[in-house]
This record gives sequence, C-alpha cells and structure tokens, in this order.
Amino acid sequence: MKMNTNSNVYTIVYAAVMVIIVAFLLAFVSSSLKDRQDNNVRKDVKKQILAALNIDATDANVDATYDQVITDNLLNGTELTPVPSEDFKTSYNSEIKSGNYHVFVAKLENGETKYVFPVYGAGLWGPIWGYVSVNEDKNSVYGVSFNHESETAGLGGEITNKKKFQEQFKSKKVLDEAGSIALTVVKNGTAQGDNQCDGIAGATLTSNGVGAMLLGSLGNYKEFLNNK
Amino acid sequence: MSQLFSKENKEAFFGPLFANNPVAVQVLGICSALAVTAKIEPAIVMGLSVTVIVALSNVIISLLRKSIPNRIRIIVQLVVVAALVTIVSQILKAFAYDVSVQLSVYIGLIITNCILMGRLEAFAMMNGPWESFLDGIGNGLGYAWVLVIVAFFRELFGSGTLFGFQVIPESFYDLGYMNCGIMLTPAASLILVGCIIWFMKAREEKAAKK
Repeated sequence: MKMNTNSNVYTIVYAAVMVIIVAFLLAFVSSSLKDRQDNNVRKDVKKQILAALNIDATDANVDATYDQVITDNLLNGTELTPVPSEDFKTSYNSEIKSGNYHVFVAKLENGETKYVFPVYGAGLWGPIWGYVSVNEDKNSVYGVSFNHESETAGLGGEITNKKKFQEQFKSKKVLDEAGSIALTVVKNGTAQGDNQCDGIAGATLTSNGVGAMLLGSLGNYKEFLNNK
Repeated sequence: MSQLFSKENKEAFFGPLFANNPVAVQVLGICSALAVTAKIEPAIVMGLSVTVIVALSNVIISLLRKSIPNRIRIIVQLVVVAALVTIVSQILKAFAYDVSVQLSVYIGLIITNCILMGRLEAFAMMNGPWESFLDGIGNGLGYAWVLVIVAFFRELFGSGTLFGFQVIPESFYDLGYMNCGIMLTPAASLILVGCIIWFMKAREEKAAKK
C-alpha cells in the first residue's frame, strides 16, 4: 500500500514528529556541549583581561596565569572587596545595573600593581566591550584590549588591532586636570593632548562608540580613580 | 565502484565548480559573498562550513525525499538546514571558539543562504543520497573558491594584508600609496563578483565556439 503523503493527517503527523525529533536533538547537543562552551567563554574573558595588561596568554596557560596575576574585586564607594574566584563573571553589564562594579587588581611579575576596569558599550552594529588597565597612579593607561561582536571587518573591526589602534592608548591619561573622566576617541588625525586618541578612518561610528564606552563605563570608577 | 563515479556523478560534482558555479552562474548566495569577504580567513571558514552543511542537508533531504509531504516541503527543508547550522555553530563554539567568535553572526546566516534551499529544492528532492552528497560538496566548494578569490583581492588592496600579515611593505606607504577604502565596502565585492561572472561567461562562450 502506498501512503498518501498529501493527506492532512499525514502532513500534520509528519511535521509534529519532525519538530519533536529536531527539538530533542538540539537540546541534547546544547546540553552536552554546554560545559565546554562556558569554559571557552571564561578562558576568552580571562585572555582579554590579560591582554589589557599586555600579557599574551594561550589556551593552555591562561587559567594559571590569570590566577597568578589577578584578583577580582568589587567596588563599594572607594573600597575594594575581593570576590571569590569561583564566582568569576563573564558579563558585567547586568551587574553594573545593580551597582556592582568590578575592578581587577593585577600584581605583575615585576611587582607593579595595575587596575583593570571592564568597559562596555555599543558600536555601529552591535555591542563592543573591552578592558582598560591603568598604572598604580590610577590615571595613566597601561594597556587596553577591545572586542566587538559584529563591527565591519577591516573598518570598525580594527578596534581589536593591537598595533594600529590599541597601542596609542598606552600612557594616555584617564582623568583631566579637573579630575573628570576624559579618556576618549576623536576623529582620525585630530587627537590632541593626554586624553584623546585617534579614531579609525572610515569607521567613525565605531570609533565614537569606543569613545562613548570609555567615558561612560569609566565614569562608574570616577570616585575610585580620584581617591589616591 | 565505477557506478559511484559515473559520468553523471562526476558532472554533479564538477559542474558546480565551474560551468554551473552557484555564485557566478546560478547567482545564488551573493549576500553572504558580500558580507564575509573583507578578510580571507573568515571567507575560508565560511566556505567550508557552507560546504559541510550543504552536503549533509542534501543527503538528509535526499533520504527523506519520498516521505516529505509536498505542501510543507520547504518548511521541512528549512528545519533540516536550521538544525544542522545550529549544531555546527554549537560544535564550533565548543571546539573552535576563536573561529566561532570571528564568524559570529554569519554562521547563523548560512540558514538563509540561497544555495542551500536552491540545491535542496532543485537537486536533493529528485536524486539519491550519494549524488546529492556530491552535488552538495561541489556547490559548497564552488561557492568557497569564489569567496576566497574575492576576499584575496579585498584584503590585499583594502588592508594591504593577507591572512592578517602585512604584505604591502611600509616603504610603499611612505611613497604615498594608500589602501583602497572602497575595497572594504560591500560594493567592492559586487564589482569583483561581477568580474568573475564576466570571466566565466567569456570562458563559456569560447568553449561553445570550439
């Protein structure tokens, strides 16, 4: 007997069975890979934090290096409270909303102390984020790392470029003379003084986004930065 | 064995590489050819991912082709493709995290790549699994090489790099050479794809004259 594949009953049953099978399959794949994926995300975040300290970590040594160098702290007013490392967070924006600001305190091998601040903002097409590390004077920038979700490759995407974009932030000042946050990005070729960095030609909106992100996110740390 | 590589099967595999190229001749999948070709590396990964997904979905649809109700066949095809793309992206996230970050949204966009639906509807619904597999691989690779060529020129002239390494020496820039900004915009890939189509057409006409 040949089944009538055009009947209503057959069509509905076929669709239902197919959807159930696919749903189970996807649920299975997702749950069996979740630990690995979360681990990758955590490692990636640690790499980005270390990158802001100009440390290039590999997959193999990132966890060890991170544990050795960095302690995670939450900011209350101007006081830092250490957070247990098992609570390691990969997303700060929801935390910021509830008033929890992270400061990663780094003790480098040469004994210097650096503070790393997560920054979070919007580029042209999607979220951008990064980490800014400052020296012990809580003012001059030691290093930065930026990342993005979907900026145009070759234009806005260049904010991840160490050599072309991120290097210029080194030894710029976060604060202006009045003590407000002033580190920002301006139109390519017009950067002046200690607080401004050149944007990327052809990626004005992404560059503006980086500037706004720095002003906005670092604004949360104004008191801390001014409390020498 | 000889049947596995019969003339028709060879045609199913080699046809889409040149004579029946999905991008240059069938003009499918142009949208993603514009999006991921600013750099070579994502272009290669994208090409390979599409190849794997077309081949697998072709096989699955071909196996199911006699049971699929005609009225919802497009939906069935879409579900198969979407499920495969989701699985591939999950696997990339778990085992090749860096690549998955780089491809970010584009991997999801494979679902809407016209090559997939086009091949499923035009080939897999009417042919056996093995032929469909060859057809999928052929079309995927046909798509991939066009992407890589476009990406090669865009990265070379747009950023002066290849695979992220600087190839145009600094001394050129000192002499006043500038990266060609338009190469980084999607418009440039349309022009390049146009050139490739022109080249393919010219070749085809020459072959027809002989």
